[in-house]
Amino acid sequence: MNAGVAMSGLLAVEVPYWATAIIKMGVIALVIPTAALVLGYVFLMKIMSFMQSRLGPMEAGPYGTLQLLADGLKFLQKEDIFPEKADRTVFALAPLVVLVSTFLIYVVIPTGPDAVVAQLDVGIFYALAVSSLSVVGILMAGWASANKYALMGGLRAAGQLIAYELPLVLAVMGVVIQAGTLDLQKIVTAQATGEIFGWDGIGNPFILTQFVGFFIFLVAVQAELTQPPFDMPVAESEIVGGYQVEYTGFRFLFFFMGEFGTAFAFAALAAVMFLGGWALPWGDLEHWAFNIVGPVIMLVKVMAVAALIFWFRFTYPRLREDQLQRLAWKFLIPLSLLNIVVTGVFKVIL
Amino acid sequence: MTAVGADRRQQLAYVATQAADARLNVEIETEGMTLNIGPQHPATHGTLRLVARLDGEQVVEAEPIMGYMHRGYEKLAEVRTYPQVTTLINRIDWLGSFANEVPFILAAEKLMEVEAPPRAQWIRTVLFELSRIANITLFLGDMAVQLGAITPVFMAFRDREFVLNQIEAVTGGRFHPNFDRIGGVKDDLPKGWIEDTKQAMEKIRDFCDEFEDLVLGNEIFQSRSRGIGIVPPAIGLSYGLSGANIRASGVDWDLRRDGHEALVYDQLDWKVWTHPDGDSFARYWVRLQETREATHMVDQLLDGLPAGPIMAKVPRIIKVPAGEAYAATENPLGEMGYYIVSKGDLVPFRVKIRSASFSNISITPWLLKGVYVPDIITILASLYFILGDIDR
Repeated sequence: MNAGVAMSGLLAVEVPYWATAIIKMGVIALVIPTAALVLGYVFLMKIMSFMQSRLGPMEAGPYGTLQLLADGLKFLQKEDIFPEKADRTVFALAPLVVLVSTFLIYVVIPTGPDAVVAQLDVGIFYALAVSSLSVVGILMAGWASANKYALMGGLRAAGQLIAYELPLVLAVMGVVIQAGTLDLQKIVTAQATGEIFGWDGIGNPFILTQFVGFFIFLVAVQAELTQPPFDMPVAESEIVGGYQVEYTGFRFLFFFMGEFGTAFAFAALAAVMFLGGWALPWGDLEHWAFNIVGPVIMLVKVMAVAALIFWFRFTYPRLREDQLQRLAWKFLIPLSLLNIVVTGVFKVIL
Repeated sequence: MTAVGADRRQQLAYVATQAADARLNVEIETEGMTLNIGPQHPATHGTLRLVARLDGEQVVEAEPIMGYMHRGYEKLAEVRTYPQVTTLINRIDWLGSFANEVPFILAAEKLMEVEAPPRAQWIRTVLFELSRIANITLFLGDMAVQLGAITPVFMAFRDREFVLNQIEAVTGGRFHPNFDRIGGVKDDLPKGWIEDTKQAMEKIRDFCDEFEDLVLGNEIFQSRSRGIGIVPPAIGLSYGLSGANIRASGVDWDLRRDGHEALVYDQLDWKVWTHPDGDSFARYWVRLQETREATHMVDQLLDGLPAGPIMAKVPRIIKVPAGEAYAATENPLGEMGYYIVSKGDLVPFRVKIRSASFSNISITPWLLKGVYVPDIITILASLYFILGDIDR
């Protein structure tokens, strides 16, 4: 579906191609900082504080809602410091690479029948592929910092992210087999119009049949985001922040935005693939009103998944690097392969 | 795991170290990396420096370098009168301050041949145990945060507050009470304090139950701490480990029971906790049990508090007769002792402070061989040192 046509249908005016492109860029450029701000404020600052018998920020704005804006402004004012022996070009580029990989994921996330930047036939494949680009940025940051802690952090991140790409992709395979497509829009449609043993009251959100895949996906996402219990690459009590250790000011802000933006993106992917995405199982999916209701439905689901992701983060201690690899290769990958086999068998016989 | 298994494990670690050493520059010409952990590093919660030679992420050799926070207390004590010294030595182990004063006062009392009246001794023991709780609750949260779990440390700070409030209600100081005097204690307990303290002890017991579930019961915590940093009893004793560190290796030795100082532990019904494993998990477990045991001890002490004066007859200006005396008590971190040499002056001639953390940390070069970098943090956290207690 051409988004330009859809947009014009919605606004009842003809929008030229370049204008839709600019609108899309503007939306993406707005969505990512907003997503990072919302997750950072709601979970990192408030929910975490309540779990730890604290109040969190209370001064900047009502209930501290503007705290992250204030922090962002503070970061912008800081001096842009390069370590003396750093590889300056690579050091400066690394946060951008991480942030770009975050931006690219958002391109395919659907929030309505037409409210999507680009509807790709290989949507989920594309999203997982570009999300792993951030490894390159992290390795660059770790290497270019000319710092031993940063180097260890970068290497740990590389090992960890590569090990967890595999279960992440394999966990998604079950959904792909069931929906019969890689296209995220069609996965949403398949869930909304599906039926559970002949009953189509709530469609067929894949979390009911792919709960193993959902579990593996969440664990792998946790490792991709380098959050506890898999935060060895940044482990502040061991290697003092890892690859981030030499970054200050707005470059550090990029890493921060990248981290929370990616968390939001992965939560959105999980919502699309397992919780039914923007659609409701009732009503006409092609109706234009879903372009307005869809983002709201998505936001609710994304926040639910993000709450799960961050709950793990605040609860668990950190695994050791070798224990993490063992978990990935000896438990998650066999489990996800088994899941694929079972899904395939059911697909054939049902 | 038995002590025999522990020996075997350390032997294997040693072999691995030798192999790593041999490999370093000869065979595949990989270059070892020297990692300087500290003096500014979050895991040392103070200024301990650890120079670790690494092969990949495996430690070939690690050496702690102390003295970045040396404040010269032994020398400073020589120019202060006896009552003034307690203000100073409060700052050695800053988490359980009152416990620092007691052995010094006991040593001075030995020289002066005065004995505190029973009520003073009971109050002393209550505060001693309260400062133990204040100290170790923080350890229980701190080790979890070193292993990456951020929430327990906030809970530890929250519940430690109840104990600090009780200490403050008696002494006026939350961190540095300066309450112990030669011949007794400064003041009597305020009204209603006993009831409040019993309630606080109830909360600490809840805290211990919660942590037994939340931290000790966590699979990741167990897999990170079990079998890591095993101290065989003989090695531990030869390095002079004391306190919970040696009790976690199965050595049943506690100065509260086995010492000879004038505190009232012999009149209480309590138990010395030991653990046969000697690993980081065992050290955490023993400290958790000791905290709970301490709350029961405080309850018993408050029930049996005798009436009477809180101060023995001592002259207004304290001159300690010439002589030498040593007193040691089971402090939160381990054995802490003061050796005082007096020439009959207003000030001590020489004071030697035996602090627990200094000995506890000296085992690290032996212990850290062959472990991985994250395990350095686990081992350091489980040995539980206070920088002020190392450097004095």
